[in-house]
Order: sequence, then structure tokens, then C-alpha cells
Amino acid sequence: MSLSLPEVKRIAWLARIEITDAEAGAAQGHLNDIFTLIEQMQSVDTEGVAPMAHGQDVVQRLREDRVTETDLHALYQGIAPQVEGGLYLVPKVIE
Amino acid sequence: MDWETVIGIETHAQLSTVSKIFSGASTAFGAAPNVQACAVDIALPGVLPVLNKGAVERAVRFGLAVGADIRRRSVFARKNYFYPDLPKGYQISQYELPVVQGGSLSVMLKGGEKTVRLTRAHLEEDAGKSLHEDFHGMSGIDLNRAGTPLLEIVTEPDMSSAEEAVAYAKALHALVRWIGICDGNMQEGSFRCDANVSVRRKGADVLGTRCEIKNLNSFRFLEEAINYEVRRQIELIEDGGSVVQETRLYDPDRKQTRSMRSKEDAHDYRYFPDPDLLPLAISAETIEQIRSELPELPAAKRKRYVDEYQLSAYDAGVLTSSREVADYFEDLVGALGGGYKLAASWIAGELFGALKRAGLEVSQSPLSSRQLAGLLREIQDGVISGKTAKDVFDAMWNGGGEAADIIAASGLKQISDAGELEQVIDAVLAANSKSVEEYRAGRQKAFNALVGQAMKATRGKGNPAQINEILKKKLAG
Repeated sequence: MSLSLPEVKRIAWLARIEITDAEAGAAQGHLNDIFTLIEQMQSVDTEGVAPMAHGQDVVQRLREDRVTETDLHALYQGIAPQVEGGLYLVPKVIE
Repeated sequence: MDWETVIGIETHAQLSTVSKIFSGASTAFGAAPNVQACAVDIALPGVLPVLNKGAVERAVRFGLAVGADIRRRSVFARKNYFYPDLPKGYQISQYELPVVQGGSLSVMLKGGEKTVRLTRAHLEEDAGKSLHEDFHGMSGIDLNRAGTPLLEIVTEPDMSSAEEAVAYAKALHALVRWIGICDGNMQEGSFRCDANVSVRRKGADVLGTRCEIKNLNSFRFLEEAINYEVRRQIELIEDGGSVVQETRLYDPDRKQTRSMRSKEDAHDYRYFPDPDLLPLAISAETIEQIRSELPELPAAKRKRYVDEYQLSAYDAGVLTSSREVADYFEDLVGALGGGYKLAASWIAGELFGALKRAGLEVSQSPLSSRQLAGLLREIQDGVISGKTAKDVFDAMWNGGGEAADIIAASGLKQISDAGELEQVIDAVLAANSKSVEEYRAGRQKAFNALVGQAMKATRGKGNPAQINEILKKKLAG
């Protein structure tokens, strides 16, 4: 499997990465190298092997349901470009 | 041409934990913007999610309540999309291996019971809120809701009308409240439904193209949106067009659905297992512990009410419509020592009527189950008639107090003294010789008129059964 240039551009759009045509061409080469590696891995016989969900063979530690956080919004909002009435302001997006 | 509607529902139920699913920030509703959004919720670099045990337990409780399989090992995935109220750029959800698989919910319809199969239920985090007004052309972002635990409950496409969809949503709403995993507050968005709707010609074996109507936060909107959507799709096809798969929104003011995004614009979520979270393992002991703590469920209660209390399936359904109602009923018959049918008809009739007029829930009833039991005991003992009892009920509702006291104070006590009733009836017969003649000529209506006269003469306090009996005896003699 290899990626076409339009597919590379779509992936860039999905990731909200702006790329020039030249960069898209370079990315296409890099991504297709990765796909070659994946193809190589896919030739390994994995019949009967359960897929791993995580690199470590341990399970999730659970947290007791307790409120442990305090209000630090003023601190966090210190680095926000624009704030009003406690809200973060962002360019308008409506869906 | 006959059409068939096919509906599947996805519900987001906000789990009633005090803290978020992956952080220790509070989930309390109504706080000032962003005061409950911690470093994990706003996705500061380097933070890591830690799963809330309370959210897992609630998901398991739900799975057990609907007879589903609880996965001993489930996995969290990242659902990737960009939106300002989703600070990480992905929502942590479950994809291939959800915690709850299968199960079913039986719902009460006018024509009987129906089973809706569930596909799955999975844990995920909620996003924040975007406010689009009054910010000089900008959007305001409140991340207090970000990271609130949700259980997304997905059905098979088993419903075939808006009525069935609403019945399912109500049964699910009652169940999540019943087992205490969600407060069910629809105004606050704790319980929201998406409906997948398609139509096909009757008998067709392939499903039609579906549209998904998002974020319906009332049962009425769910019903209206589905009915509108079904009409829209049928008209479209009958006019030679075809339904386009898309996501739609319901506008309650115009009572219409409108397109939100088409399949071409559909999100490509690129799910993959979240490397920040290890697989969730749930032990058999944990599952059994949670099972042992489950309350008696609505379906089991309904069956018990029918089998043991000889109530109708309809009454049993009404009495198990919420845990509060069932508790009220059980406290009432406990205090009364039986009287199941009498209790059922008074709860479903007078009590519900009064609550509805006052805009109250049963938990807010000014009349306690013990007080109502006192009133029903007076009826059972023949002290007052059912009709008089309604006046006593009103007096208790408005002014409080005990039934026995109100009856004694206002002289409402029923006349059951045979001698006294005979005197009254003799006078009625003497004064209504025409009715007597008519009755003897075979007109049953005349008898009812005489009963009415006797009730009038006792100012409604005569024991109706006794009046009937005495009248019959005297007319026959």
C-alpha cells in the first residue's frame, strides 16, 4: 500500500497541519517508507495471537472517586491569549 | 405505499461520580466557568489520565442491570477531532473493546411489552462547552464539563416508531436513575439521546439510508424530531429523490430537523488505543460484589406486582416507572398491610393527578405514603366511601393532617347504620312512588334514580353498598 499525494494532503488537513506542495511531496516519501515497514511487519504470521492494547503487560490502576483538585483557573488563564468572564476566547467555530 | 421506520438510539448518560473520569476535578453542575477544569482537563502538556473507579463501577452496574456481558478486559481509545472545547484534540472513549457488550431492555408499550436489544455501552469523557454569543465575534470556552464521565449506550435498530423510541428512552432514563448511576437531569444535559432514523418500503429486507439526529434532550423533542424526520424521508423518496446519509439537528422552535454535516464531511476519527491508558481489567469478584448490591430492578418488580399482588400489567408498569414511585407504593401497602389494588388505583389516580397539577415529583409529595395509607384504611374499614375519600384527600393535600382526624372533625363519616339507612330509604320510597312503579315495570334506570335520591338524602354519606342492598330488599318485598 502506498499513499497518493491527495491522501497525504487530506491527512495533513485532518491533523490541521499546513503544508506546501513541496512538503507534501517529501511527506509522501517519508510516509510511504513507513508503509513499507508496516508491510514487512504484516508478513509476520500472527494467527492466534491476541492483539496488544499497550506495550506493557500491566493493567490500569484505578483512582478513588474523590475531588482532589482545586481551582487554579486564574493561573492557567495567565497564558491564554484572550479571556473574558472566566471563559477562554477563541476564533468563532460553529458546528 | 406502506413504509416502515427503523430507529436505533444512542444515549449519553452522565455518570453520577463526584469527580471526573480521568482527573480529580469536581463534576458539580453550575460552577463559574473553568473553576472545575484542572491541568488534565485542559490538556496541559505532560499530564496523564488516571481512571476513576466510581465510573467503572457504574458502568458495570448498568451492564448487570441489562443482562449484558461485562468485559473482564476493555480498552480505551482516542477519538481524534479538532474542536475548541476538546483541548486534547481527541476524546478518550472506548472503541473495539467496550466495557459492556450486549444486553437488552424491556419497555412497556400500549400494546404490551417489547424488548430492545443493546449493542454495547462504553465509557468516555465529555467535552467542554462552547458559547457563541456576546464575545465580539469570538467563542467563549468553558471546560468545566470536559472530562465528565459518560456512559454511551447504543441500541440495535429495534424500534419502529417515535412512540417506541420514546418508550425506550423513558425506560432507560428510569433505569439509570433506579440503579443510581445517573441523575437523569435532562435540562442540565445529564441524559441526551441521538436517534438514527431510516425508512424502507414494508417488507424490504435491506435497511434504508439513515440520518442521525443529534443531542435530543427531552422526550418530546425526541418524538417530534423522529416524526418530522420520518415524514421528510418518505416524502423525499416518494418525490423520486433519495435520502443522503448525514447528521442532522432538531430545531424545536420550527419543529424541523436540518442538516448539520453530510457523509462527505463526516469526521474521520482515526481511533487508536490510547497509549496513556493501560487496559481496564475488572475482576470476577468486583463484578459479583456489584451484582450483590443491585436493587430489585423494575422488570422484576413489575413481575412480582403482577404475580404476587394481582395487579394489572399496566398498573405494575405505572408503579415501577421510577424507583421513587415504587418505594412510595411499597411503603404504602406496607403500612396498610395489603390493599394492593386500592393503593395502586389511588397512586395512579388521585396522587398522580394532584402531583401533576402541582408540578411535583412523587418524592416531593406533600402527602406521605403513611398518611395516604391512613386514608385508604378508612375506606377499607367502610368508615367513608371512595367518593368522600376524595374530599378527604384534597383536605389532606392542602392542609395536611391525618385522615381519621379530618373525617371526625368534618362529620364525613359514612352512614353504615342499617336502621338509620332504612328510615331514609322508607322516606325516599314514599316520596318517589313513580320511580317505584317504573322499577317494578322493569326499568333498571328507575332503581339508579332511587339510589341517587337516597345518597342525596344522606348528603353523600350513605354506604352505597348497603343502600343498594336495602333498596333491593324493600322493592322486592
